[in-house]
Amino acid sequence: MTYIRPKFRHPDLPKNDLGYTTKEYEGSLSTLCAGCGHDSISASIIEACFELSIPPHRIAKLSGIGCSSKTPTYFLGNSHGFNSVHGRMPSVATGANMANRDLTYIGVSGDGDTASIGMGQFVHVIRRNLNMVYIVMNNGCYGLTKGQDSATADEGSKSKAGSVNPFQPIDLAGLALELGASFVAQSFSGDKEQLIPLIKAAISHQGFAFINVISPCVTFNNNPGSTKSYDYVREHIESTGKTDLVPEKTEILTSYESGTGTDVKMHDGTYIRLEKLAANRNPFDRMGAMNALQAARNRNEILTGLLFVETETENLHHTINSSERPLNSLLQEELCPGSLVLADINDELR
Amino acid sequence: MKPTDTSNPEYFHKVVDCQYACPAHTPVPEYIRLIAAGKYTEAYMVNWESNVFPGILGRTCDRPCEPACRRGRIEEEPVAICRLKRVAADNKDDVKAFMPAIPSQMNGKRVALIGAGPASLTVARDLAPLGYEIHLYDEHEAGGGMMRSQIPSFRLPTEVLNEEVGYILDMGIHTHFKTYVSSLNEILEKGYDAVFVGTGAPRGRNLDLPGREEAGKNVHIGIEWLASVAFEHTHKIGKKVIVLGGGNTAMDCCRTSRRLGGEQVKVVVRSPFSEMKASPWEIEDAMHEDIPILENHVPKSFVVKDGSLKGMFFEKVMVEYDDSGKRKLVPVGEPDVFIEADDVLVAIGQQNSFPWIEKETGVNFDEWGMPFVDRATHQSSNKKVFFGGDSAFGPKNVITAVAHGHQAAISIDLYCQGTALTERPAPFTNLVSKKMGIHEWSYDNDVVNDQRFIVPLAEKKAALSDRKLEVELGFDIATAVKEAHRCLNCDVQTVFEKDKCIECDACVDICPTSCITFTLNGEEEDLRSRLKAPAFNITQDLYVSDTLATKRVMVKDEDVCLHCGLCAERCPTSAWDMQQYLYKVTKACH
Repeated sequence: MTYIRPKFRHPDLPKNDLGYTTKEYEGSLSTLCAGCGHDSISASIIEACFELSIPPHRIAKLSGIGCSSKTPTYFLGNSHGFNSVHGRMPSVATGANMANRDLTYIGVSGDGDTASIGMGQFVHVIRRNLNMVYIVMNNGCYGLTKGQDSATADEGSKSKAGSVNPFQPIDLAGLALELGASFVAQSFSGDKEQLIPLIKAAISHQGFAFINVISPCVTFNNNPGSTKSYDYVREHIESTGKTDLVPEKTEILTSYESGTGTDVKMHDGTYIRLEKLAANRNPFDRMGAMNALQAARNRNEILTGLLFVETETENLHHTINSSERPLNSLLQEELCPGSLVLADINDELR
Repeated sequence: MKPTDTSNPEYFHKVVDCQYACPAHTPVPEYIRLIAAGKYTEAYMVNWESNVFPGILGRTCDRPCEPACRRGRIEEEPVAICRLKRVAADNKDDVKAFMPAIPSQMNGKRVALIGAGPASLTVARDLAPLGYEIHLYDEHEAGGGMMRSQIPSFRLPTEVLNEEVGYILDMGIHTHFKTYVSSLNEILEKGYDAVFVGTGAPRGRNLDLPGREEAGKNVHIGIEWLASVAFEHTHKIGKKVIVLGGGNTAMDCCRTSRRLGGEQVKVVVRSPFSEMKASPWEIEDAMHEDIPILENHVPKSFVVKDGSLKGMFFEKVMVEYDDSGKRKLVPVGEPDVFIEADDVLVAIGQQNSFPWIEKETGVNFDEWGMPFVDRATHQSSNKKVFFGGDSAFGPKNVITAVAHGHQAAISIDLYCQGTALTERPAPFTNLVSKKMGIHEWSYDNDVVNDQRFIVPLAEKKAALSDRKLEVELGFDIATAVKEAHRCLNCDVQTVFEKDKCIECDACVDICPTSCITFTLNGEEEDLRSRLKAPAFNITQDLYVSDTLATKRVMVKDEDVCLHCGLCAERCPTSAWDMQQYLYKVTKACH
């Protein structure tokens, strides 16, 4: 097996605004199973960060435990990383984010790490609207422990060993909508054309951005009868419409026929361009998104694309009025303003 | 685009850039792997079967393979293919046992070969094992042709030449050395079943300028002078020497002059330095021996005083291009330059010359004096007479002569057996998986980062004092193995099976050089613009699959594929496989 990627790259690779090629956004060679959907998501994160020209050292990638949570090793090798305790990525992300709001936070988790052991953390990070991208690499099974059904496995889905899952699945996108997440999307690892713009939009979003990505486990959950296999997902996928992120400086020229598309201005000045939007879909309608998600499920379909976005949203920093500057840049006199200030505070409390 | 037809033997052949560029199509990566494995004899025989003179070519080849080498497209320098060939030749064991057996019963057919150069020797090598009685004619006292008469010993030691010429002469060839054939008719009258003409381009071009006649014995034609040195008729030259011409013969002339007493040797060329015809490495070697090269100097006249040559006048020029892009040398207007010289060597080109072929032989010539020769079969307008090497289509190089020899031998064999010459044998091909385990290959798939290694040279002072001392010392084994590892194994093909693909994108994500794209099909130009990395190099093919389940196709740009096998390693269904492609040009004797 090859552990070292050859150093040579295509001599004509495109460069981004920083003069970097995708090489500067790569990580080390993946040790996941060959064909794992997670590797495609890693590649999409690399491409999204490259296209947005984010300096790699201004990104923090965080994860918990599991196949999905191993992936930060395989992307953004020049960024900050934290591989935390199982299901506890949201807490670590919250702490890091509170300490420094200037970085881009990308949290990566799996269906076990989020929907089972980490559920308690997941729901609260949504509730608090932490400014981060939360990607679930959802394969419906515990791949790292040989493929037992996870909490997101669909009822009736058949495992590789032949057993049928008797339990209802947790719909993570539905849950996020219910809990008030300000950006909710769903995608498929085998559809980079959809996934990369979604990740770019999620990074631009100034609040909690959740993307549930169906990512087939090629070793334990890619068998006939599974509802998370490459074939099944491709046959049952339904898209809300084409999404693209338009940079700030690009003039908006396209005028859409009514009902066919819309440009959504993001807080950071970029636009999410939604083309060929499915009929009766309104990306600002939380209730509509919940209904569409449920209706698709009733049809045995997987609704993908941008489900909901709320552009004017108050994230946690705003809510709790935290320091605008990173804590590591605060000087001693700011952190320890002296006995006079302390005396004033004490007076207020008397 | 239509799905790529990989059953066409030329498709995967073209991916092996070095082999495809080689006129004889030597399976280069195959022998480089054998060298890396320490199997020098095997590596030598792979070469010998294809190019007949591995030891000679490993020192003197024009190396069309190296500019083609894929490594040169991903970093600065290609693999030192030529010098690795020499490593195989230098380190092999006795190979006599591997030489083809000569049948005790001959087939009754007699073939005459005129000229004992690389083309004729190749024909002899291919036909003798089939039972042909071969008669080899040459005016010199030994075989080898221009390899003996024009390539100096400090580049090609006589022992190496003798050994490899000897392997062929030992096949029961009837040699007629020191026999100048002055009439093709006479040869034909001897009742040969076929005649092969491999007489090269034996006439060096002269330079008719004022003073040429008076300068007389101090002006020499380059190739004639080199031959005279090689056969030990000439032993010295004046202290000041001018070499006219910018080709490889000029380089050999100036370097030989340095060894025969020339102290101030200058090469003077008409055109700019950058347009010189000589191989870059030969120019480098000449400059290393303190030989200046003066560009943009057009010779005007020879200056003779008191009956002896004093030097030459040159006009300084510069290059201009007219509207049609045609190059012109325009005088810069400075006074003519005088360069002193005791001797002048004229190496400004070679011509074919067939004064010995009579009209009534039925061998017809075109207006430039070149024979009408079929490009594929090498047959002339006299069906019994075949041409190859420089004598067929003008001056080229040794490896081209060898390629001609192989094809002419096939034609002669077909002709003598009464079969149509157009029914030529297809190449031998073989495609075998290199898979050993889930993630393991039976070839060295890691890509090393080493830069090209430099071949060590003999100490300059010693080299310049001995005409026969070989300048290049060749790679030692440790360096050779390292250089061999730079080879990307382009013959280990990435083979895609569309029906196995589940479109998981693993190959796209892992490919270090972004060669693979899954996208909707289109015309080639359109597809090239839509790939993951731009495919500007249109000399390299796109490998396109049939339509997949999602209506897309797999498109692989062959251009900078490292053949690292990562696509196949990361493929969960073995839709990608690494398969070694062996392509051999079929010879008369196989």
